[in-house]
Amino acid sequence: MKSDTEIRSAICDFFVENFLMGEGTLAVRDDESLLEAGIIDSTGMLEMVMFLEQHFGLKVEDRELVPENLDSLANLVQFVGRKLRAAR
Amino acid sequence: MLLDNSLRDSAARHPDKEALICGSRRATYGELDASVNALANALREFGLNRQDRVVIYFDNSVEVVQGIFGAMRASGVFVPVNPQVKGDKLAFILKDCQARVLITGVRNLRGIERELAECPDLRDVILVDGDAAAAAPEAAVLTAASKRVHSLAALLANFPTTAPVNPNISLDLASLIYTSGSTGVPKGVMLTHLNMVTAVTSLTTYLRNVPDDIILSALPLSFDYGLYQVLMAVRFGGTVVLEKQFVYPYKYIELITRERVTGLPIVPTITAILLNLKDLEQHDFSSVRYVTNTAQALPVHHIRRMRQVMPNARIYSMYGLTECKRVAYLPPELIDKKPTSVGIAIPNTEVWIEDEQGNRITTPGQPGELIVRGAHVMVGYWNRPEETARYLRPGRWPYERELRTGDLFRQDEDGHLYFISRKDDLIKTAGERVGPRDVENVLYELEAVKEAAVIGVPDDVLGSAIKAFLALRDGASLTEAEVIKHCQQRLERFKVPKHVAFLPELPKTNTGKISKKGLS
Repeated sequence: MKSDTEIRSAICDFFVENFLMGEGTLAVRDDESLLEAGIIDSTGMLEMVMFLEQHFGLKVEDRELVPENLDSLANLVQFVGRKLRAAR
Repeated sequence: MLLDNSLRDSAARHPDKEALICGSRRATYGELDASVNALANALREFGLNRQDRVVIYFDNSVEVVQGIFGAMRASGVFVPVNPQVKGDKLAFILKDCQARVLITGVRNLRGIERELAECPDLRDVILVDGDAAAAAPEAAVLTAASKRVHSLAALLANFPTTAPVNPNISLDLASLIYTSGSTGVPKGVMLTHLNMVTAVTSLTTYLRNVPDDIILSALPLSFDYGLYQVLMAVRFGGTVVLEKQFVYPYKYIELITRERVTGLPIVPTITAILLNLKDLEQHDFSSVRYVTNTAQALPVHHIRRMRQVMPNARIYSMYGLTECKRVAYLPPELIDKKPTSVGIAIPNTEVWIEDEQGNRITTPGQPGELIVRGAHVMVGYWNRPEETARYLRPGRWPYERELRTGDLFRQDEDGHLYFISRKDDLIKTAGERVGPRDVENVLYELEAVKEAAVIGVPDDVLGSAIKAFLALRDGASLTEAEVIKHCQQRLERFKVPKHVAFLPELPKTNTGKISKKGLS
C-alpha cells in the first residue's frame, strides 16, 4: 500500500517531467488549482489521467473527471489514496 | 457605431442583468460598464492616446473583458494575446505594435520580466490579480526600466466610473489580432470598429440570438471565435458563462444544466471528449438552442451523435478566418443532408471561388480559391504592406479591396461550399493556423538537427496534426521525447509536433530545396 507521501511524490515527478519539461521544481501549493496555476490544460488532463491509471493501476471513471478529484495536488493525493484503498 | 457602444447600450437597457458568469463571479451589465469606465479613465490618466495599443495577456476572466472594453473606451486598440505564448513572442508582439500598456497576471510575468523591460514603448503594466508587491522581483525589474506596475483592483477602486470622451469613429481600429504567417512571423490583423460591428451584426442575425440567450464559452478570448462570444452577447444583451478552458467535461455539462445554457460554441476537441462519456444521454441538454462549430470541420459522426444528444439544438457548421472573422455558415436545416458543407455566405457578405487566372468558377466540383467581399474584411496587417497586398487586392470597383483567403473550396450544384485545403503550406490544427517555418525554426535550434521539415497529417480531431521530419548531423543523436520537450519549451502547445520521424536525409527538389511533397 502506498503512503500519501509516495503518491504525492509520484504525481509531482510526473508533473515536473511532463509539464515542466523536467526542469525546476513544482512551484504550486498543495491546495492550489492546477488549472489556475497554468500547470494543466485539457490535453494535459488526458495525459494525467492516463498516467494515474498506468502508474497506480487504477481505473478513473468518467464520473470522476471533476476538479474535486483532480484540480490540486491535495485533491489528487486524496483521490488516488481513496481509489487504492477501495481496490484492496 | 463603435464596438464598445454596445456595452453602454446594454447597461442602460438592463443594468442588473448578468453579462458574465465566471467561476463564482457574476458581473452585471451595470457593474461591467462602470468598471470599464474606471479602467478607461485610468488608461487616459497614464497617457494612453487615441489608437494606442493595449496588449492583454491573461486567461479568460472578467478582467480580460474589462481590458478589452476599457482599451476601446479609452479610444485605444486592444490586442488579445494567448497566455500560452512564450515571453519572446509576447515581446515581439509588444514591440511590433508599439504597445503602451500590458494587462496581465502576476504569474504570467515570471521569467519574462527582462524581455518586457526591453520593450521601448511599453510604459504601464496592469496586474489583474495582484499588485507590485505580489510580483516583487519581476516588478522591480520593470520599475528599474521605467515601467509602472499597477493593480487593476486599485485602479477600479480609485478612478471615476463615468465614461471618458471618446473621439473614435467607426473607421478607427478596435483591435489587432495576431495570426501566424507562412513566413514564421506573426502578423497583426487590423480590424476597425466597422469591421467588427459588421461581423457581430451578421453573426447574431443568422444565429437568431435573442436577449435571453446564455452562451457557454470555454474558448480563449485571444482566439477570435472566443472573443466574439462576448462581443455578440454584449451586443444583443445576453449572458456569457465564461470558462477558462475545456478541461472537466462534467463541469461543462453541469454548467449547461445549471445555467440553462442556450448557445454552445464548440470545436471538435470538445465534442471528442464529450461524446466519449458513456452516460451523456442521461444529462439534460433541453435548454440548448444552438451549437456552433468552426475552425476545424466537425467529423460527421460527431454531428450525428450531437443531433441525438441535443435534439432541440440547431447545429451550425461554419468557416472563417481572422482577417474577416467569418465567411460562411451552413443553414442548420441542411446539417443532416450536407454535413461536410460550410454552406453559404454569412449575411451582408459576398463570396465566390476563382481559378488561378482570376476567373469565377461556377461549375460544381471544380476547386478554386475562395474570395470574400464585405465590410468585415480587415483593413490590412499592421506595418506589413507586402503581406497586406498579398491577401487584400483591389476589388472590382475602385472603392474597395477583396480578401483572398488562401483556402481552396469547391461548391455543389446548389452553390454550397466545401473546404478542400490550404493553398499555401499553413497547417490548420486544432482551430489554429500554424506556419511550418515557426516550428522548423525552433527545430533548427537543436544542435543535432541538420534538416527539418514540418507538415500537417490528417487527424480526426485536430483536422491536421503537426508532423516533424528530421535528418540529424553525422554522429549526432536525438530522441522524439527530446525534440518534443524542446518544442514545448519554445512554442505554444498547439504548435508542438504530435509526431516526429527521423530520416537519413530529407527528400529534395531539383534545385536542392527540401521537398514537402516528397514527405506527404
